[in-house]
Amino acid sequence: MANISLGAEVVMPVEQRRGYWSSVVRRFLRNPVAVGCAVVLLALILAAIFAPYLDLADPYKGSMIKRLRPLGTDGFPLGTDEQGRDMLARLIYGGRLTLYIGLVPVVLAFFIGTALGVTAGYAGGFVNTLIMRVVDIFFAFPSVLLAIAISGALGAGIINSLVSLTIVFIPPITRVAESVTSSVRALDYVDAARASGAGAFTIVRVHVLGNVLGPVFVYATSLTSVCMILAAGLSFLGIGVKPPEPEWGLMLNTLRTAIYINPMIAALPGIMIFITSLCLNLLSDGLRSAMNVKD
Amino acid sequence: MSRIDQQLDGRDRGGPAQPLILAQDLKKHFPIRSGLLNRKTATVHAVDGISFEVRKGETLGIVGESGCGKSTTARLLIGLIELDDGTIVFDGDAVGADLSLKEMRKSVQMVFQDSYASLNPRLTIEESVAFGPGVQGLSDPPKRARDLLARVGLDPDRFGQRYPHELSGGQRQRVNIARALAMSPRLVILDEAVSALDKSVEAQVLNLLADLKEEFGLTYIFISHDLNVVRFVSDRVMVMYLGEVVEVGPVEAIYARQAHPYTASLFSAMPSMDPDNRTLEPPLAGDPPNPVNPPSGCRFHTRCRFAEDICSTAKPRLDVFGSNRDHLAACHMRVPFSGHSLADVETSP
Amino acid sequence: MLVYFLRRLLYVCPVALGVSIICFMLVHIAPGDPLTSVMAVDATAQEQAAMRAAYGLDKPLPTQYAIWLGKAVQGDLGKSIASGRPVADEVGRAVKNSLMLAFAASLLAFPIGTSLGFLAGYFRDSWVDRLVMSIAIAGVSLPNYWLGIVLVIIFSVTLGWLPAMGAGAGDWAWDLTHLSHLVLPAVTLAVVPIGIVARTMRALVGEIYSMDFVQALYAKGLEPLDVLRHVIRNVAPTGLSVMGIQLGYLLGGSILIETVFNWPGTGFLLSSAIFQRDLPLLQGTILVLALFFVVLNLAVDVAQAAIDPRIKRS
Repeated sequence: MANISLGAEVVMPVEQRRGYWSSVVRRFLRNPVAVGCAVVLLALILAAIFAPYLDLADPYKGSMIKRLRPLGTDGFPLGTDEQGRDMLARLIYGGRLTLYIGLVPVVLAFFIGTALGVTAGYAGGFVNTLIMRVVDIFFAFPSVLLAIAISGALGAGIINSLVSLTIVFIPPITRVAESVTSSVRALDYVDAARASGAGAFTIVRVHVLGNVLGPVFVYATSLTSVCMILAAGLSFLGIGVKPPEPEWGLMLNTLRTAIYINPMIAALPGIMIFITSLCLNLLSDGLRSAMNVKD
Repeated sequence: MSRIDQQLDGRDRGGPAQPLILAQDLKKHFPIRSGLLNRKTATVHAVDGISFEVRKGETLGIVGESGCGKSTTARLLIGLIELDDGTIVFDGDAVGADLSLKEMRKSVQMVFQDSYASLNPRLTIEESVAFGPGVQGLSDPPKRARDLLARVGLDPDRFGQRYPHELSGGQRQRVNIARALAMSPRLVILDEAVSALDKSVEAQVLNLLADLKEEFGLTYIFISHDLNVVRFVSDRVMVMYLGEVVEVGPVEAIYARQAHPYTASLFSAMPSMDPDNRTLEPPLAGDPPNPVNPPSGCRFHTRCRFAEDICSTAKPRLDVFGSNRDHLAACHMRVPFSGHSLADVETSP
Repeated sequence: MLVYFLRRLLYVCPVALGVSIICFMLVHIAPGDPLTSVMAVDATAQEQAAMRAAYGLDKPLPTQYAIWLGKAVQGDLGKSIASGRPVADEVGRAVKNSLMLAFAASLLAFPIGTSLGFLAGYFRDSWVDRLVMSIAIAGVSLPNYWLGIVLVIIFSVTLGWLPAMGAGAGDWAWDLTHLSHLVLPAVTLAVVPIGIVARTMRALVGEIYSMDFVQALYAKGLEPLDVLRHVIRNVAPTGLSVMGIQLGYLLGGSILIETVFNWPGTGFLLSSAIFQRDLPLLQGTILVLALFFVVLNLAVDVAQAAIDPRIKRS
């Protein structure tokens, strides 16, 4: 009766003994599209960060006589804008602001929304009702409308854009974090941890967060593209970044008058927004499948 | 029950005769909310006033159909859900009064049915086992974890750093047993702990549990729907029906002769190992009634072949059945002068 | 079913109230004095105080809210600071135009998105699937206000086929000139929902086709078209609810497109309200749009419950 044999049980092959994150990285690297997008985004971000060291023309200095030069003009590889400023320099400097306003709100909303959602999901009861009902109210606004409403009331400016976009993305992230937390909380290992006498804070730190952050993070990455398009949209409407700052959405707006003269130049900032948001979307999809997160 | 003598537990307080757990009139009702204003419209009587004891060193088997309150009872004992009413006395100390819930949790642990859901997928099994001792501030949790993994038959060098999905169901359940034992409990509740395993693996894990019980002087509550397994592991058996105890007694006594018709039909539905030994009792028909509106009187009367008027009006008490004073049943047929036509009308036995 | 509807309705009321609070607060988070744009630059302190009293701005916030809400419930959303006309009238006219645009875009987006999604879900992991998913992901990645500009460059500036701006002269009429104004904005607006509907439909259809009951239908000898009928019945509730929500997003999200095309809808109204710092107009427009979205969500939920037997019971 005392003999214990493992004979009947399957012993897994050695190569399967790997940590979660190393297998995520391995799966991600096997996806050429996602890797390609990561490279493009990294290049854009690096260019934005190191723009001052790139030996570019002054993005603010215009010239009345060199306005709206076409692509490939000598000295202006991507032409000039309606005030004769170098498009290449403005697009690269523009990436700084667009990426900044496009990514920072999602990062902020990720932290705030996860904190709220995990609190609501783990605490349940009254706390859950309170947090989730407030979230429902903000959810009642389509995201574009809410962003424009808050930005419109606050007025133009970088900080105001960051604030309004962060507010827009907190509710959806809170909802996802709450629903993932609630389902994790119902699992037996959380009960086992409670039975061992652990407090709520310890259980959340050790057993809940590790299983909630992944799906919520993937969801947050899927919002980055929306946020960037919205951020540029606010500037396009004139309630985001103020001129003469280079920002893709704002450039689209100021170049609108140029569509009859030099349509290619007028389309350039949009192409940048499109490429960036496409890469963000594909990267998010790649992360989703690499991290095995279901919709 | 001879194992009590071997118990050398310094934490023992009342001696071998004092029950480890004395549960009195435990109640747990879950509200059902519905309708326009989400008001409480009904109540599930999950556990409805049950009393029992768990003796030191024994294995108490709990059986019954799904939904009878077995798991709710287990979760009440371990404090995962709050009691609506009743008291739990742990080795002489009333939980919540003499003994805090947190203190009691050191002494009571549980192994769940779903071996996968009961392990955090993001922790290695060594981390999972070491978590509880770390929380309770026991010495050197990692070493403790490795020792226990070795004890349940998993080489810590080979398995310690693996993740739950890299183990088989039987191996995971060994980890869960190690995790429970890491807290040095006195009582381990096994809630369908072997039900999901293959038969061959189940036998191995049952043997392991028997050895561990001997070695650590443990007491078990073994919840299962598999009557063959319950017979193999239990000293005493408690039968539950719709949140109530209908019969409780020594395993030999109950398996030899069932006092309650519900127990009898449950056993007649049990697949016999011996084709010549088939019972001719008809198996239980239909589903158990809804625990939201449990039947009046004896809750089994809606499905009982012997039901008479008395059964739907008066609730039978748990009473001694036959010569064994440990064997109790709640059935009007077993109470002299109860009013049931099959009840004993002789003067006291 | 009636109980479900009433419960949803009860649940919507606090949300609607919350929405109104947020809309009310918009004016008060705005920096500066809401009256600066109407007040004479050299107004004395007395004149300023009189003006504040006239607009009710001298009372405590909860009182102001109660007064504002009481009027809003009766359809009085205040007067536009810039034009002096009642906000409700201005919004009403604009909502009609926005709705028309949103419906036109839906008529394009939903059939196209659904068919693409069905194709991709049916031919999962084939080249059809990959092509459709590429289109869908490009659709959701496009900044649609930019697409609008590109379409104007191509079809108005270069080819000269379609008008670039406005909704046509005079009042709306169902004639060719007016309809031609609708084409470019509707197409532009339809691109994002096409992508979203296609992705959702693909996931739904793929999931249903991989279920055991579909295998059982094939095993029973059903023709693929009959199997498709079963699949559609299973996809319909979720599919319809996704489209319902998208219709709401179209209405709320058309602001940028309306600006690009000078379409005289709510978006256009909003951007002029923002630039003239016409806060009552901003507030009123947002309130009407958000409440519309709340009601639409309610309608979608109830419709979904009506056709999905699983929801009714729970």
